[in-house]
Amino acid sequence: MYVAVKGGEAAIDNAHRLLADRRRGNRDVADLGLDQIMEQLSLAVDRVMSEGALYDRELAALAIKQARGDLIEAIFLARAYRTTLPRFGYTQPVDTGRMQVERRISACFKDLPGGQLLGPTFDYTHRLLDPALAGGAAPETPEVREPDAAPMMRVSDFLGQEGLLEPAPDPADKPVPDDIARNPMSYPMDRDARLQALARGDEGFLLSMGYSTQRGYARSHPFAGEIRIGEVELEIAVPELDFAAPLGRIQVTECQMVNQFQGSAKAPPQFTCGYGLVFGQAERKSMAMALVDRALRATELGEDLTAPAQDEEFVIAHSDNVQATGFVEHLKLPHYVDFQSELNLVRQMRAEVEARGETHQEAAE
Amino acid sequence: MQDNDPPLMRVVNLTHMYGDRIGCRDVSFDLYPGEVLAVVGESGSGKTTLLNCVSGRQQCSAGTISYRMRDRRLQDLNAMSEAERRFLMRTDWGFVHQNPADGLRMNVSAGANVGERLMAVGQRHYGRIRETADDWLGRVEIGHDRIDDRPGTFSGGMRQRLQIARNLVTGPRLVFMDEPTGGLDVSVQARLLDLLRGLVDDLGLSAIVVTHDLAVARLLSQRMMVMKDGQVIETGLTDRVLDDPQAPYTQLLVSSILQV
Amino acid sequence: MNSLDAGREQVIATYNFAYLDEQTKRMIRRAILKSIAVPGYQVPFASREMPMPYGWGTGGVQVTAAIIGPDDRLKVIDQGADDTTNAISIRKFFERTTGVETTTLTADASIIQTRHRIPETPLTAGQILVFQVPIPEPLRFLEPRETETRTMHALEEYGVMHVKLYEDIARHGHIATTYAYPVKVEGRYVTDPSPTPKFDNPKMHRNPALQLFGAGREMRIYAIPPWTEVVSLDFEDHPFEVQAFERPCALCGADDVFLDEVITDDRGGRMFVCSDTDHCNTRQAEGHAGEQEA
Repeated sequence: MYVAVKGGEAAIDNAHRLLADRRRGNRDVADLGLDQIMEQLSLAVDRVMSEGALYDRELAALAIKQARGDLIEAIFLARAYRTTLPRFGYTQPVDTGRMQVERRISACFKDLPGGQLLGPTFDYTHRLLDPALAGGAAPETPEVREPDAAPMMRVSDFLGQEGLLEPAPDPADKPVPDDIARNPMSYPMDRDARLQALARGDEGFLLSMGYSTQRGYARSHPFAGEIRIGEVELEIAVPELDFAAPLGRIQVTECQMVNQFQGSAKAPPQFTCGYGLVFGQAERKSMAMALVDRALRATELGEDLTAPAQDEEFVIAHSDNVQATGFVEHLKLPHYVDFQSELNLVRQMRAEVEARGETHQEAAE
Repeated sequence: MQDNDPPLMRVVNLTHMYGDRIGCRDVSFDLYPGEVLAVVGESGSGKTTLLNCVSGRQQCSAGTISYRMRDRRLQDLNAMSEAERRFLMRTDWGFVHQNPADGLRMNVSAGANVGERLMAVGQRHYGRIRETADDWLGRVEIGHDRIDDRPGTFSGGMRQRLQIARNLVTGPRLVFMDEPTGGLDVSVQARLLDLLRGLVDDLGLSAIVVTHDLAVARLLSQRMMVMKDGQVIETGLTDRVLDDPQAPYTQLLVSSILQV
Repeated sequence: MNSLDAGREQVIATYNFAYLDEQTKRMIRRAILKSIAVPGYQVPFASREMPMPYGWGTGGVQVTAAIIGPDDRLKVIDQGADDTTNAISIRKFFERTTGVETTTLTADASIIQTRHRIPETPLTAGQILVFQVPIPEPLRFLEPRETETRTMHALEEYGVMHVKLYEDIARHGHIATTYAYPVKVEGRYVTDPSPTPKFDNPKMHRNPALQLFGAGREMRIYAIPPWTEVVSLDFEDHPFEVQAFERPCALCGADDVFLDEVITDDRGGRMFVCSDTDHCNTRQAEGHAGEQEA
């Protein structure tokens, strides 16, 4: 005799217990500390902070541990926590020109004031697996230069002086930027809202979209004008004080792509800029973001819309991995009712086709 | 007819700029009921910009476009709401694109393509919609057995005829055509022009036809405008312009085609 | 956890009533009020990340969280049943974050959050039905672009909806849409009823309860206020019809309800039982029996 399925509640509890067990793994292996994750998997922490849109290394490390290393799951944990936090206010615009630079390179100029600084990069490592690292060998003490307090001028500032590069948007044009966490997104978007969406967009998705522009789908002739990684000061304006109060420092990666531009009815020929800014050290993401930002400015710059990377609704609506993973994975949820409806329809249509077949046969006989 | 009836459309000093570049400048004309006006010129002459502006598909930079509504009032197109303009476009007007794929829904059947405008204006009887669609397919010489086929299975000429049926099903009074025979073989062109001429006569349609092909203008239109560099350089009855062109550019244009 | 200080643990551990902060709730309530004022119109709202994935009911959960109070009694169903895993998960979420009473009885609930069904037991005035909506835009699969669909709604350009139904009839002889069957609300907006089977569409029409729809990922809220006209799109000569089942429910004998097909063995054996488990249990308790019980 058939009895409707019950006991879902117990099943869920059991599944959670099993998950906790699998997360811990073999108890003979030492438990992973958050400090270890923060120190030794710091680029994973950076990615969770930037796509989780929450600058907190410790929480990001906790999310990574809780997610068993699944970064999209960890990003989701960070976001779900962030959504409950009150909004106290907005900081002043960050001045990356005053960044305490750890890495700074430009593909446009051989040398420039402040110099090229390689910093901690994978770039020229030979990708040979290192058995010594598996054994836990201690690294040598690195050479570090004296911190230079003087601001390091950005490549965009040099180019801007000659009028060769479009000027950066004037903050006075939009004193209060949009806030995609507080306001519903609606298309077409302003660039400020778009950049926010891109900053927390999925690295893999942006990488592919940016890559597609290099392969001719909305080619924009990009040069890596400058990539810089370092710490910037956050400051907040307090009405009672006549100076901005410092809140602390965060690490960011900034990329300014410089793109050739022929000029249009509205603008003279000059270089245009695609912009990427991401929490932590995330060079690949910031470069991809800059390429996509530039591609999405096609309408503003009067360019033909020919490729997916230029399609704002397509790119922005599909760039958020928390949304994407939720909707793809929701297909696991029961769809009995809809499937039943389709089942009945397919049976009905099959019966109709069969009935027609028989009529044909009768007619033939 | 032209002496008694007031114009259906009146265009005054229409100008459209693309930044510093001229799309078309200071174009004025009246279009009378039942009249076919051909706009000819080489590519870049501004004829397509003109067509897009007067058909409400593009906002012009300056000038006025007025249209005589069915209640006989002359209405300024730019003063209309988007809703009114769109309603006009799907009921009283038609637009035939050079490439039929731009004017058809390629992923639904021929019947649905013709029926869409009827459904858009509120017809809700499947049988009657289908009957009307079937009737129109016949009038544009598409076989009745093709009603459930998608346009993708049609030849270029059939697609163009389907696009015409899709536009005419709501009984519009004015049809805009952008190089309606462009991209078709010469023999197919001739058949389509025949069909168009018949439909225009039967239905008493007004039309503005943009073409670079003087033969199309000769066959379809009573009046023509010659454009160059965004401006009208000659206008008049079609036969007069073609047989006795006044402007040097028109003379060049006429002499450059083989005399038949 | 050890490296997180005690103060932070406390912050993580304490959440507001119904999870969302009061400012967020007010923002959602404003959207709900607007949606009630313009029946069937999709109101954009600043959807928040929720502690369950997008696509798993975050829109419905946000709507419920914004309207629920300590005196409410909540019922949560998925596919018509109270004990499907996602229904349990959402019910537990509200038990934990609000402490309100929950119930499986449709008649006893003041708020019913649902995915894919409308209960068989008629709703009454004062009840609120909250739908979880994956894709709120009924025009989405005909026109993927938001900027374009917004214009189509504004100008009531809905001809293309009938093109879809026309194609169904031309190909199959009848309309072949079985769920998420589009409706016109109060003679104005074409609206997606969420992926409920079309069997439930007539229940939306002039329903005494308030029907709220939340789409979290797509950031839209819309509503069908009590007693609102809800008409399923159709043709005069091909009128809207609901599914009919050949047999009544094998457990309670009901013949006017939506049934789930249950596969009973590996030789093609199957039976049909109520999709609405509460309705089925109530009927059985009242002494009704289907063929299995008889």
